[in-house]
Amino acid sequence: MSTIKMRSKESNGVVTVKALIKHPMETGQRKNKKTGDMIPAHYIQEVHSKANGKDVITIHWGPAVSKNPYLTFKYKGNKGDDVEISWVDNQGNKDTKIGKVK
Amino acid sequence: MKRRNFIKNSMLFAGILTTLPSVLFAKKSYAAWPKTSFDIKDLTDSVKSVYGHNNLEESSKVKLKAPSIAENGAIVPINVSTSLENVDSIMIFVENNPQPLSSGYQLTQLAEPSIGTRLKMGKTSNVMAAVKSGDKVYTSTQEVKVTIGGCGG
Repeated sequence: MSTIKMRSKESNGVVTVKALIKHPMETGQRKNKKTGDMIPAHYIQEVHSKANGKDVITIHWGPAVSKNPYLTFKYKGNKGDDVEISWVDNQGNKDTKIGKVK
Repeated sequence: MKRRNFIKNSMLFAGILTTLPSVLFAKKSYAAWPKTSFDIKDLTDSVKSVYGHNNLEESSKVKLKAPSIAENGAIVPINVSTSLENVDSIMIFVENNPQPLSSGYQLTQLAEPSIGTRLKMGKTSNVMAAVKSGDKVYTSTQEVKVTIGGCGG
């Protein structure tokens, strides 16, 4: 199962990409209520998107981005484009997804 | 003779070790995650570490869409768009969060300057969207009142 849900739609030469990523986005500032231990920081640091292999946007996220982050951006493109979204978190986990523009 | 070979070989190996990382990282054309900027706890210092200066200009061309009252500080929807041309990047700062810099968006020529996300906010704070266009940084600020904090969870 991919962690990325993505939808992209073209209108008047502009593609709107909407994505939801499943991720805990732990800040490292919360305590486990039972044990009192700090929960280690675990959050996505970088999201990168390409359209037909060309760079569109590079995003840097800090721990202040909400759990299961939502993202939307726009680019100049067409129906049928291959949009790729990939992320890397501070623990080195990563995921990538490619979708077609409707 | 043996020793000489050993030195020769070890130097060669050291040479490979030092060049290898640069080859590996050269593939990454975009900037690395700016750890220092994300760690800074003061808004002014944070802005300075991102742009190298504090010359911000308030502009009505930067549109910041955020709720005036957020019922849940764990999910505060933020949208930033602008009619400015040649936008390099969009940054979102939350003044009263432990670290003001929340996120940064580097745009290429292909991208339209319009982004949206959801942020955590610990308490009521000013949210500032900063758009870099050319050498200048334009901003728009709005207060978001938080009734339940987003960090206690």
